[in-house]
Amino acid sequence: MLPDKIVYMANQIATFFESQPEQDRLEGVVTHLEDFWDPRMRRQLFELIDAGGKDLSPLIIEAASHLKRPRQTA
Amino acid sequence: MKDFILPEDADFGTPPVHSETLVTLTIDGLEVTVPEGTSVMRASAIAGIQIPKLCASDNLEAFGSCRLCVVEITGRRGAPASCTTPVAEGMVVRTQTEKIKKLRRGVMELYISDHPLDCLTCSANGDCELQDMAGAVGLREVRYDAVEQHFTPRQNGEANPHYIPKDDSNPYFSYDPSKCIVCSRCVRACEEVQGTFALTISGRGFESRVAAGMPGDDFLSSDCVSCGACVQACPTATLQEKSVIEIGTPERAIVTTCAYCGVGCSFKAEMRGDEVVRMIPYKNGKANRGHSCVKGRFAYGYAVHGDRILKPMIRDDIHDPWKEVSWEEAISFAARKMRAIQAEHGRASIGGITSSRCTNEETYLVQKMIRAIFGNNNTDTCARVCHSPTGYGLKTTFGTSAGTQDFDSVEQSDVVVIIGANPTDGHPVFASRLKKRLRAGAKLIVIDPRRIDLVKTPHVKAAHHLALRPGTNVAVLTALGHVIVTEGLFDERFIRERCDWEEFQFYAEFVSDPRHAPEATEMLTGVPAAELRAAARLYAKGGNGAIYYGLGVTEHSQGSTTVMAIANLAMMTGNIGREGVGVNPLRGQNNVQGSCDMGSFPHEFPGYRHVSDDTARSVFEKMWGVELDAEPGLRIPNMLDAAVAGSFKGLYVQGEDILQSDPDTKHVSAGLEAMDCVIVHDLFLNETAHYAHVFLPGSTFLEKNGTFTNAERRINRVRKVMAPRNGYEDWEVTMMLANAMGGNWTYTHPSQIMDEIAATTPSFASVHYELLEREGSVQWPCNEAHPIGSPVMHIDGFVRGKGKFIVTEYVPTDEKTGPRFPLLLTTGRSLSQYNVGAQTRRTHNVVWHEEDVLEIHPHDAEVRGVKDRDWVRLASRRGDTSLRAHVTERVAPGVVYTTFHHPETQANVITTDYSDWATNCPEYKVTAVQVSLSNGPTDWQEDYEARATLSRRILPAAE
Ligand code: SF4
Ligand code: SF4
Ligand code: SF4
Ligand code: FES
Repeated sequence: MLPDKIVYMANQIATFFESQPEQDRLEGVVTHLEDFWDPRMRRQLFELIDAGGKDLSPLIIEAASHLKRPRQTA
Repeated sequence: MKDFILPEDADFGTPPVHSETLVTLTIDGLEVTVPEGTSVMRASAIAGIQIPKLCASDNLEAFGSCRLCVVEITGRRGAPASCTTPVAEGMVVRTQTEKIKKLRRGVMELYISDHPLDCLTCSANGDCELQDMAGAVGLREVRYDAVEQHFTPRQNGEANPHYIPKDDSNPYFSYDPSKCIVCSRCVRACEEVQGTFALTISGRGFESRVAAGMPGDDFLSSDCVSCGACVQACPTATLQEKSVIEIGTPERAIVTTCAYCGVGCSFKAEMRGDEVVRMIPYKNGKANRGHSCVKGRFAYGYAVHGDRILKPMIRDDIHDPWKEVSWEEAISFAARKMRAIQAEHGRASIGGITSSRCTNEETYLVQKMIRAIFGNNNTDTCARVCHSPTGYGLKTTFGTSAGTQDFDSVEQSDVVVIIGANPTDGHPVFASRLKKRLRAGAKLIVIDPRRIDLVKTPHVKAAHHLALRPGTNVAVLTALGHVIVTEGLFDERFIRERCDWEEFQFYAEFVSDPRHAPEATEMLTGVPAAELRAAARLYAKGGNGAIYYGLGVTEHSQGSTTVMAIANLAMMTGNIGREGVGVNPLRGQNNVQGSCDMGSFPHEFPGYRHVSDDTARSVFEKMWGVELDAEPGLRIPNMLDAAVAGSFKGLYVQGEDILQSDPDTKHVSAGLEAMDCVIVHDLFLNETAHYAHVFLPGSTFLEKNGTFTNAERRINRVRKVMAPRNGYEDWEVTMMLANAMGGNWTYTHPSQIMDEIAATTPSFASVHYELLEREGSVQWPCNEAHPIGSPVMHIDGFVRGKGKFIVTEYVPTDEKTGPRFPLLLTTGRSLSQYNVGAQTRRTHNVVWHEEDVLEIHPHDAEVRGVKDRDWVRLASRRGDTSLRAHVTERVAPGVVYTTFHHPETQANVITTDYSDWATNCPEYKVTAVQVSLSNGPTDWQEDYEARATLSRRILPAAE
């Protein structure tokens, strides 16, 4: 998948949750990514973060530290 | 084959009356008790006595013109018409006296003297009420020759001035005025049942004739939408289906369900042998109550169209011609390829797409095959591209992904809000029922960029039309919330009881911010503040408020947010949990609801349970005897992305044409081209099949058993009326593929699949074919708590417990207009065509919609030098295409509109791959475009045509 697309989609999700009550934001993003993103998409997100997380919303970066790392192979 | 005995669908003469007060009377010595206000005719029918009639029918208000239904009533003078006489307590009625018999024969004699006596060769022979009534009243002779009559072209050697020749302009039915008895049933059906008002009786007395449209019109050029209600109402051969004229009368009827839209109309398929003679909307069908639209009633001819592919085909390379092979060979070829891909690229490198056109049972099997046999969760459905935000939004706010009402509910509504939907075209039978309610006084609010028909149509006018700029739904709905909250119009008791008051407080604070006031958003949305305020007040305080919405809500980058904004409005005004209110998605294709229910989405099992939910997963693991993946799979757009990136290589597509229906065609074709095995299972060589390696012929809804679930959660039976021309029902084809990949499945009838669904899915626990036979249909949830289903949901509490208010911040889409692309394109559908049009384009429906056109406002047209019917080039940042322009004020300045029914247009070459933030539902409804004059099709369209022709080549089968 194109890296910009992963960044774009992740940031769209962050934008929505940023408008939600403070206490729900982080959990909202984490749950959303776990519920709807296939492991290879999450893996790509981690790769982007590991490479510095350029252009990713801070909420996504924070959420990633709470996100389970998917297994390497599927 | 006929596995269903039709229950009573007799005609009671006049419509039922709802009254608490009962009245008892005597008819021919029989005592009968009926609700006050019932007609004597209906009361007799209830008592089992059929009074002769010609102008009455129980789907129309009594009219009292033919005088055939006269009776004698003790204590009343003369012979009153029983259809227009209401019952009274103690009334004594006699329906068959010497006086009455004589009167009736006199009436009949008059009719017959002006009617041709060619019964034997008449197309309605055996199906004519005039014939029946002549028999019923014992008419034995006609004593006079009419001096003037309507039925012969020539009289006394001269042209007969009263004779009007047949009107055959409509492709499906003919109008032969020579047989008309001017009972006006057709005119009333068009008004009362359909709500189009296309017919009138012109002239008076002997001169009165049925006329379509204005003088000079024929049926086709009039406003007639070809719903067929008038044809069904006509007691004679005057208005007659051409199929009956060609074939003859039917010999048996089987009840089944329309396979076109989410209304899910029930039909009687009237058959002679294995030929469909006609489709008659079924009176006991609870979604449609005996009405239909042009698609369901007439557009079934695609089933026998010559383009249907009936033999399986394979090819190694998509540039090769197709090779016809046996089923065994095609299936084992496909299975081998899919397994080889997995061996090389991993278990998750293949997947499948279920269809919203196929049955629940078929959808269930496809997702089962993917989860249990492919061993991953890469299953998705075309509902992704239409209603996935409904799933997310309603699940988050209410707790389940479904409309809250049945269609009958609209009869109790006082204020109806239509958002981003065009029911007269998209959901015609619902529109007819809605218009009936609106004519009786309910108020209408339309929120749509386009002036859809409902905004102003005969005898219906919207109280408010909020013509917003495409892409500003959330801003408009949040502004409505602002008005309701700041003006104190919310229902505090409901919110305290049914929702979380704290959450509401947070929401109220958010929405009360002055930046959400209609005055503040007016510049952005283009909706005048005063109009918006008035609409908010009407919805909040106008009585029962019901919201119906369509793809204009979901197909946006904020689709899910918009659905939640709608749910907020319903909750804050207490418009949930009873008749007449609610939130109702109008589903596009016939089984969108069902395909979502059946676990088509990559993250959830049937019944909307997440794949990571251990309890749910173990139910299926036990039933299917395999371990299942707990991680969500890829959604359609993700599959295509992954294909381009090289990690997704094989796809099984059942009954969908993603190349034509999905946005950003070039991206879809790149994804498909990158795959090693694409299996298309469909009726026709559709556009996606250009990229396929295996083609498995599909069956039509007429050729299989199963169920569809309509937009009201109603599970309707689909019954096989003829053998599948391709040899197998679709569920059998999926089963063959699954078994070739190691499945060991042994289903012999779809009812067994439904039993498995019931056994694994709590909301379907009591759904079995025996129940459906008995009840006709049921609405889920249907289980121990709701043994015959649930017409209205969330009655005493929300499925999720407390209703959840969600803050809905407006986020503008990144698809922005600018100097190069100054206009906004939005897309939709038309009445006569269906989605990508694969079926309807193969019927006579093309007379109403032969091509896609671009609607453009006169102002925008003028500055570009565009005139009506000119070829124009439509360009976006993604691509360009050409089509003809239609200059109209239906669209606002700055907005253009088109449909996507025809592959030549390739409207999705234009659309972007922006999508809903939560579900990746594509943003079809907003694309920045430019329009300019052009000479004809673009290079892409011509290349595409050439390539399509090339890839459709079929080699003859080897002997
Ligand atoms: S087909 Fe329908 S719309 Fe047309 S005239 Fe008959 S009732 Fe009216
Ligand atoms: S066309 Fe048929 S329904 Fe209409 S007035 Fe004539 S006989 Fe009656
Ligand atoms: S297309 Fe829809 S409205 Fe028309 S007959 Fe079929 S289900 Fe009914
Ligand atoms: S049926 Fe009563 S007047 Fe025609």
